[in-house]
Amino acid sequence: MSTERSGQKGDLLLEMKDIVIDGYSDDRWHEIVKGVDVTLRRGEIMGLIGESGAGKSTLGLAAMGFARPGCRITSGSIMFDGIDLMKVSEAERRALRGSRIAYVAQSAAASFNPAHQLIEQTVESTVRRGIKPEAEARADARKLYRDLQLPNPDSIGDRYPHQVSGGQLQRVMTAMAMSPRPDLIIFDEPTTALDVTTQVEVLASMRRIVEHYNTAAIYITHDLAVVAQMADVIKVLRYGETIEDAETRKMLAQPEKAYTRSLWSVRSIEKPEEESEDIVLKVDHVDASYTGSAKVLDDVTIEVPRGHTVAIVGESGSGKSTTARAITGLLPPTKGQVLFNGKPLPPLLKERSIDQLQKIQMIYQMADTAMNPRQTVRDIIGRPLEFYLGLRGRERDQRLLELLEMIELDETFIDRLPAELSGGQKQRICIARALAASPELIICDEVTSALDQIVQKGILELLLRLQRELGLTYIFITHDIATVKAISDQIVVMLEGRVVEQGMKSEILSPPYPEYTKLLLSSVPEMNPDWLTGLLAERERESSSNP
Amino acid sequence: MANKGGVKAVLHPVVRTILQRLGLGLITLFVVSLILFSSIEFLPGDFGEAVLGQAALPETVAAFRKELGLDLPVHERYFDWLGGILTGDMGNSFSGRGSSGGTDRSRPVIELLAPRLANTLFLASMAAIISVPLALFLGITAALYRGSIYDRMVNAMTLTTISFPEFFVAYLLILVLSSFTKLFPSLANIGPDVDFWERVYLTALPALTLTLVIVAHMMRMTRAAIINLMASPYIEMAELKGASKSEIILQHALPNAWAPIVTVIAFNLAYLVVGVVVVEVVFVYPGVGQLMVDAVTTRDVPVVQGCAMIFAATYILLNLFADIISIITNPRLLHPR
Repeated sequence: MSTERSGQKGDLLLEMKDIVIDGYSDDRWHEIVKGVDVTLRRGEIMGLIGESGAGKSTLGLAAMGFARPGCRITSGSIMFDGIDLMKVSEAERRALRGSRIAYVAQSAAASFNPAHQLIEQTVESTVRRGIKPEAEARADARKLYRDLQLPNPDSIGDRYPHQVSGGQLQRVMTAMAMSPRPDLIIFDEPTTALDVTTQVEVLASMRRIVEHYNTAAIYITHDLAVVAQMADVIKVLRYGETIEDAETRKMLAQPEKAYTRSLWSVRSIEKPEEESEDIVLKVDHVDASYTGSAKVLDDVTIEVPRGHTVAIVGESGSGKSTTARAITGLLPPTKGQVLFNGKPLPPLLKERSIDQLQKIQMIYQMADTAMNPRQTVRDIIGRPLEFYLGLRGRERDQRLLELLEMIELDETFIDRLPAELSGGQKQRICIARALAASPELIICDEVTSALDQIVQKGILELLLRLQRELGLTYIFITHDIATVKAISDQIVVMLEGRVVEQGMKSEILSPPYPEYTKLLLSSVPEMNPDWLTGLLAERERESSSNP
Repeated sequence: MANKGGVKAVLHPVVRTILQRLGLGLITLFVVSLILFSSIEFLPGDFGEAVLGQAALPETVAAFRKELGLDLPVHERYFDWLGGILTGDMGNSFSGRGSSGGTDRSRPVIELLAPRLANTLFLASMAAIISVPLALFLGITAALYRGSIYDRMVNAMTLTTISFPEFFVAYLLILVLSSFTKLFPSLANIGPDVDFWERVYLTALPALTLTLVIVAHMMRMTRAAIINLMASPYIEMAELKGASKSEIILQHALPNAWAPIVTVIAFNLAYLVVGVVVVEVVFVYPGVGQLMVDAVTTRDVPVVQGCAMIFAATYILLNLFADIISIITNPRLLHPR
């Protein structure tokens, strides 16, 4: 336990009272945080949870006395260890940042300066503030790297951000936050961009180091299961207001508000699996490669039954999306073929007929970037109606309205631009665009990963209903096991470009598991505060019993 | 990997890229020489006729052309010329060859060009030494105090100087700094035996004129390149690490902004060498620009070709230099995975 800090565990560290923060959009100021209180003691970790737009990050940054451009803290008081952050000068606030309060950002890859070595950035504020001389700070950084179980802790700091993986960067960023030994660290969705398997390691090392140095933390996330592993207390935010405040165990055991319960609602969808022999698409011993040498797909064979859902799971780089590219013809296979309704599809997209194109449609993870920002909903959905079905004028508009009804949006949406839609609505428009072609097969590539739990649930329910009504077939690419449980009939597990396991949902999700599937499944955080501790203990036992 | 690719794979990727660029530069220069030679070939008019006059007998013209080697086939003359350039010989100037057939007073192009080029490079260096640091300083400080009165003043002033034609700026400077205050001479007709500080003194006004003309472009690119990066997450991170505004700009934004900045600097430096004929005329400065214009009016083809090749080489060399700086300031290229 660290003794260099003044103050004892349990002393009041941060007290924010009646915080109001405005954000500027549509040419006026809106309240985005509406009178929230935060109380944090030394050594305590508070989980801040809610969907996007709830004001979590804004509130977290306000704890540093910082407002993003386009935001302003309009009222309330922020007392940090006896310093009123609202009253002191900007220079005094700046002096606290990077010395007594540190920040860990969501996207480590974007938040490291590409021009400097990792260790330079790790010790930057420690050295600048004169907390430690440069050599000592560097030695300490290497020690932190070791504590955080980074590979090659003595030399990894000499590398540049693009030279290490996302999970490693996230840990280096934790070391960077820890370097000046702050009293408080704000973790802003630090594992959201990581795979489940990587997430476990990062969570474990972050928790260990925060406990070790008795640092207080605010942990921001939209994943309740993750926060359950990290936090002592949880605060649920919605539309800038506190919904519920409670100790972690109490909140999980008996959430008081309906909204809190809805935060883990995706986990409540259950779809009975069905078997089928009617194969609509077969990926037949396909190899593929981007460079011509290294295989990214290696002998992949997948059969997709008509009217059912096949989920492809695996961590990033496992070849999930590449499989989709091979099916759609964006990346022609170097070996093997893709059979649709028993007939081979031409490997190249441009060699496929309009009819073949029409039958296979795609929905993407980022609805934002998958739509032309200057086209209205009418143009976006109308285009496939014209291109594939030759509908014009009245006929087209008629069909447009039907499609909007199918995705549960009304006709007022027809002339809106993508920027005027919420994340969930955008994804619905993308679904309607895919439906417009009257496809048989839709490939859904991480379609719910960028969405909040509640919105995710709505999209998944919509997809399930459309499948029932229209007999659609889905290939569902995801790394989220909760989503897989909710929607699939069959599961394909991929690792390093190969299919390591495939079968019915019930087979795959029940023991005995092959090693990788077990790792993948066991890494999915559970709504149990002891899950991470238990998992780490179990993995420890296993690795010591068979070295 | 290393044993597969042999020697090439052993080279650092940056060295390899630089060698590639260098090779490309040489190819470009070769293509330029080809275009240059053939386009002058297709120009209407004939040096022989121009010198001897329309009334000259065809035999006289033919003899004159033969003497200059103009009767040889095009490709032969091209390779002759190219070979000469590679060995540092750009041929002889046409002018000075009397039609009277008397003594040959023509001089090698190199002899004409070399002192002029030295003068041009001197003036360009002076302007560059003043303008590049000035542009960087103004650009960085304008980004630092973005939106302030200072920022707006710098923008407005540099835009004003770039908006006036060069000769106007030149005459204005002559009026103020020479006629009224007598600080600097209005003529910069330096001879070969002027010493260094005298040279600096004499070229002050032309250098200042050029500075005013090119500083806006470089300054605005510096400012824009830095501001463009200010919305990056790593800049916000630096803010949250307590870095001050100037630390953020100098340590976090500038190292990532060099590529666009040096491209614009290279472009402007090239302009200093090849595009300053107006300034040379105003200050009666004996540079390459005037030489070229004179050569064009007298159809002195070897001199025109020589000047044009030097201009092309300047552009290619400076752009190569900008490319190299862009590459070595990009950690992704300098430190591959």
